Amino acid sequence: MEPFQAYPRGDGSKGIRNVVAVAYVIECARHVAQKIVGRFDEREVHLFGWSGCYPNEHGAQIMERLCTHPNVGAVLLVSLGCEGFNRHVLKERIAASGRPVELLVIQQAGGTAATIQQGAAIVEELRERIASLPRVPMEMGELIVGTICGGSDATSGITANPAMGTAFDLLIADGGIGIFEETGELIGCEHIMRERAANPQLGAELVKAVQKARRFYETLGHGSFAPGNAEGGLTTQEEKSLGAYAKSGDSPIVGILKPGVRPERNGLYLMDMIPDGEVRFGFPNINDTAEIVELIACGAHLILFSTGRGSVVGSVIAPVIKVCANPETYERMAGDMDVNAGRILRGESTVQDVGREIYGLMHRVASEEPSCSEALGHQEAVILYKTFEALGPACFPA
Amino acid sequence: MDESVPALIRIHPRDNVLVLTRTARAGETVRFEGRAITLEAELPLGHKLAAEPIAQGEKVLKYGLPIGTATEDIPFGGHVHVHNLKSDYLPTFTHEAGHRFAEES
Repeated sequence: MEPFQAYPRGDGSKGIRNVVAVAYVIECARHVAQKIVGRFDEREVHLFGWSGCYPNEHGAQIMERLCTHPNVGAVLLVSLGCEGFNRHVLKERIAASGRPVELLVIQQAGGTAATIQQGAAIVEELRERIASLPRVPMEMGELIVGTICGGSDATSGITANPAMGTAFDLLIADGGIGIFEETGELIGCEHIMRERAANPQLGAELVKAVQKARRFYETLGHGSFAPGNAEGGLTTQEEKSLGAYAKSGDSPIVGILKPGVRPERNGLYLMDMIPDGEVRFGFPNINDTAEIVELIACGAHLILFSTGRGSVVGSVIAPVIKVCANPETYERMAGDMDVNAGRILRGESTVQDVGREIYGLMHRVASEEPSCSEALGHQEAVILYKTFEALGPACFPA
Repeated sequence: MDESVPALIRIHPRDNVLVLTRTARAGETVRFEGRAITLEAELPLGHKLAAEPIAQGEKVLKYGLPIGTATEDIPFGGHVHVHNLKSDYLPTFTHEAGHRFAEES
């Protein structure tokens, strides 16, 4: 495919969007940040933030990765002033990435109205500073793409997920990076996944990652792994998991990532989003958005999202392409859906054809055509408290 | 029912099961690659029929990968579900004492 025009960043990365991020570092600053964002075009200025007052290393890392994401050109940080989050370290790291960054502390700036006024002026200036950036060509093989399924039904594993897997194979064949996730939904196919690992050490790590998910969910009493769910014709646990696993395509798995870790070499990665150590802070994937944000924090330029029942969510920073698995859902919610993979069930298309269509759409969205959720203004974002240990060398085979 | 729409698909060329793309009525005849299958009972979208005779003990393949083992001989067109397909995984998954992830060290 033809190269498209991208935004070069000071850290060497290339973005497919040129967003000014307004990031609050505590829920207490969210309203002010939201009012600042509300004065601008929703496609140009995005809002996200960290809600808690207690500091968390993972939360700080995700904030940093989002603020220095390739699609982000400049950042305004909004702080109340007394929160636990270390805003100074975040500001320094954003500046070190070559991005313009400003910080407003509400307690010092004179309260709500004064901060909104100053913030709006700063964002206007940041917009102008990054608007004139020269564009550079970018190839499909330079893209990082994440994949997720949400609002699944019996059709997801038959149509949308394998079609997205085909698109992933095309991306990886072109030299790109694909990231799949949700180890909790891979329970039952870890032995199959292990055979796709680049080497046996990585294979063992993949099995361990799924085993960790099983322990975590058992402790929390999560019910989605209960055996014997025969709804929609699913017979076995491995059959159910394989439907979700189909999103990953057929390429070899070259590594494991944790949320916020950026892949360095090309190929297919599993993101292990289950926290390490004892179970704490609650569910690791409270909603689809939490998983999307973690994929974006790994550097994903765009997200492929399959849905059968009909999810409408999008995301801040990175466009979300919605692939609808169920033809009846597509008819009801066509305005939210970028691709009708349900055509496969009606014999109007094949998995391979829909996969190629998705890949073509990825190219158009990377070339700044808005996805449906993007055009509709969806900008969901949530960041969770978690604890991770560093990845060992087996997760990044040479 | 639109007879031009195929009622069955094979997801992966290696699969020995087919998947219903819509609800099929009891007594209805559906076709796959020209061969007729008459359903004994109504089956909803997503259920599986054997694409070829599957022997007891043989792996059932969907997505090109094993989803379990046949517990009895299944004829061409037979409904493949909990009554004749057993997980290769669940016995070890559900019994903590005997549980062992393959080759885990």
